[in-house]
Amino acid sequence: MSEISNTSTATMSTAPSSRYYVKEHHPENGTLLGFWMYLMSDCLIFACLFATYAVLGRNYAGGPTGAELFDLPLVAINTSLLLLSSITYGFAMLAMQKKQVQTTLVWLAITGLLGAGFIYLELYEFMHLIHEGAGPQRSGFLTSFFALVATHGLHVTFGIVWLITLMFQVGKHGLTHENSRRLMCLSMFWHFLDVVWIGVFTFVYLMGVLP
Amino acid sequence: MLDQIDLTKLIFGRLSWDAIPFHEPILLFTFIGVLIGGVAVVGALTYFRVWGTLWRNWFTSIDHKKIGIMYVILGIVMLLRGFADALMMRAQQAIAFGDNAGFLPPHHYDQVFTAHGVIMIFFVAMPLVTGLMNYVVPLQIGARDVAFPFLNNFSFWMTTFGAALVMASLFVGEFARTGWLAYPPLSGIMGSPDVGVDYYIWALQIAGVGTLLSGINLIATIIKMRAPGMNMMKMPVFTWTALCTNVLIVAAFPILTAVLGMLSLDRLFGTNFFTNDLGGNAMMYVNLIWIWGHPEVYILILPAFGIYSEIVSTFSGKRLFGYTSMVYATVVITILSYLVWLHHFFTMGSGASVNSFFGITTMIISIPTGAKIFNWLFTMYRGRIRFEVPMLWTIGFMITFVIGGMTGVLLAVPPADFVLHNSLFLIAHFHNVIIGGVVFGMFAGINFWFPKAFGYKLDDFWGRCSFWFWTIGFYFAFMPLYVLGLMGVTRRLNHFEDPSLQIWFIIAAFGAGLIALGIGSFIIQLVVSYLRRESLRDTTGDPWGARTLEWSTSSPPPEYNFAFTPRVHDNDAWADMKANGYERPKDGFVAIHMPKNTAAGFIIAALSAAMGFGLIWHMWLLVGAGFIAMMATIITHTFNYKRDYYIPADEVVRVEANRTRLLDSHV
Repeated sequence: MSEISNTSTATMSTAPSSRYYVKEHHPENGTLLGFWMYLMSDCLIFACLFATYAVLGRNYAGGPTGAELFDLPLVAINTSLLLLSSITYGFAMLAMQKKQVQTTLVWLAITGLLGAGFIYLELYEFMHLIHEGAGPQRSGFLTSFFALVATHGLHVTFGIVWLITLMFQVGKHGLTHENSRRLMCLSMFWHFLDVVWIGVFTFVYLMGVLP
Repeated sequence: MLDQIDLTKLIFGRLSWDAIPFHEPILLFTFIGVLIGGVAVVGALTYFRVWGTLWRNWFTSIDHKKIGIMYVILGIVMLLRGFADALMMRAQQAIAFGDNAGFLPPHHYDQVFTAHGVIMIFFVAMPLVTGLMNYVVPLQIGARDVAFPFLNNFSFWMTTFGAALVMASLFVGEFARTGWLAYPPLSGIMGSPDVGVDYYIWALQIAGVGTLLSGINLIATIIKMRAPGMNMMKMPVFTWTALCTNVLIVAAFPILTAVLGMLSLDRLFGTNFFTNDLGGNAMMYVNLIWIWGHPEVYILILPAFGIYSEIVSTFSGKRLFGYTSMVYATVVITILSYLVWLHHFFTMGSGASVNSFFGITTMIISIPTGAKIFNWLFTMYRGRIRFEVPMLWTIGFMITFVIGGMTGVLLAVPPADFVLHNSLFLIAHFHNVIIGGVVFGMFAGINFWFPKAFGYKLDDFWGRCSFWFWTIGFYFAFMPLYVLGLMGVTRRLNHFEDPSLQIWFIIAAFGAGLIALGIGSFIIQLVVSYLRRESLRDTTGDPWGARTLEWSTSSPPPEYNFAFTPRVHDNDAWADMKANGYERPKDGFVAIHMPKNTAAGFIIAALSAAMGFGLIWHMWLLVGAGFIAMMATIITHTFNYKRDYYIPADEVVRVEANRTRLLDSHV
């Protein structure tokens, strides 16, 4: 290492000090990286909840099983709402790239509505389960089920709050650099929740109704 | 009538006058002491009219240097609290034999050992480590600040308010009586129906968010903001260890959040994660908490390794021996730290093959760690060693830590662990590595970087006193515990029948007394150094003849750290600059883009603490109001787009001219 720096010193012609600093400011664009890391840390929370479901998921404690409880057609509708919302968010991002404020806002609104529909159906399912006596206190299986699904639902809810906030900000300031960056972060968040939901759908619902 | 009661319940939850410990003289006197001290401090601050300065220049500051200093102050203050707990335990165990019940009843003693563990790990070691990383890393990589300065301030306040909740439990209600990891079913609602475990959960949840965010922040800083020319293998070793530590934080703390979340659901809503009936599984908690907990100990020790590396090469006047192997050893430890968690409960009954796997992975960790010890030794070999205080701590560490490491390898052998687990041997082992490794490292780091942060060195004499009292005190306090552990004495006992054991506990208590003198010397060192600051002044910015970039700027560094971004050609960048006749630029300064202070971090953290307090005491109105206010503050904060400003070029010229004058006056 020192050989290299010595040779480069030897080849330096004038002002030995100037090679030790730069006049221009170096870039600071860490937001997307930082947000990715946040998402991965969130992913670990879900990983814990999935692992918990894997451990407790068959501890019915004499109570109802997934096969008896899950209403797959309802969950299928729910899943399609969320997957569709990812597509519409994608359209919002396309509009953002073209700097079309109105179109972006419209697609964001549709995304939010689809997300709200998802939350509505999820709450309906939860109420239904609790009404049937299959609440989170009933068994280890239901505890881990509610924890996993509701944590995802809470994330979607916060996503909607964030989305509405951003719609106001885009409406007020337009698609500025900051707002585009924020939309990008929310985009990653939203797609991430979609991916997690695919895991939930497969691992909890589809595998849960297997005999 | 019924409405009346419900309203009271809604506002005050479980909180009533019974929660204030009027009947416990120790707590009452502590409380009165804290009250008088608090009033005195508040009075003094008001009298000298420094509230405004404190608020504008410190509490709302997003300067990584000030936040780093505040973290270290938090760590030192909490060290006093955690150490007071330790003294009480040592005193209790030294006298509570036979007919003597000691002065701490079990109910209180159990809170003391729980609080001691929680405070020392979360609110002493973590703030000290985070504080030093916060202060040093941006300077070492030639950056202006961290990647997300606002988040940094927010993280600090979350940690601080977490600590405040633990402190509140001393006087309002009580703390957990479960041990520092709060295993269920003891920590479940049946085993601990009172608020202690809730204090534990919400203090850690709030502080944990802060730690996680500061981890993300520092990774982004190190990845994105290094000075030009500083590729990964030219980063200073402390920055490398900081990077690995923060990767561990981001990969471990979410697990703590999740598992404490589940425990609180069990307690609040009667779910069945960790219950004994209805399909819960308590061992899942133990697994999950140690999947966080084992990386946590490496989160603490890796930065300490980084500090020792900087100090050894500085005070041996040599390049660090085996830089590359040091980096690889750090990375290997980072990865291995995730493959060993089960060694904390070999006795769970996972079977021979699982235990063997985790026993072997545990022993493998000693290989990269051993490589590091040899690297430090070879750095010293034929070096021109200066025995300044940081170097003393480093040598003390190398000897002490090797002993702790060897007892760790003993415990890694599953059959030996079956005999020694839960005994004082274990207690001696982990204090051996945490005090000998982390605490010594923090004192080394504080002594090393103090002149950088404040512009004057710490007093040498009192630093040496502190070092010798700590080191000798450590051996007196913990070597007897190894002996007792081998004799089969288990941990967390507040009374003993066998009088032949007493002498060992008395020796341990004597050791704790010596450590108290060590802490006292450190405080005196701070005061004496402040009083003698003119004669200890560092005008050069490089008082130790050190090797990395933080020493190339003034002490204390200007707000913007570097007038021009440094360009790096070597992994000891500053040593390289000095060797090649670097002269600092004296003109051509331009305006510097900086982030602006904000109160949002403090407010959001305070609101989350209020919400946590509500959750602890089931004050649902406070919980709701706190949550709504917090969300409102966060959303309002996002509407603030004006988050930066420019330090005008004139100002930079003035600051740099001052530095030139200082440098010239002391040649």
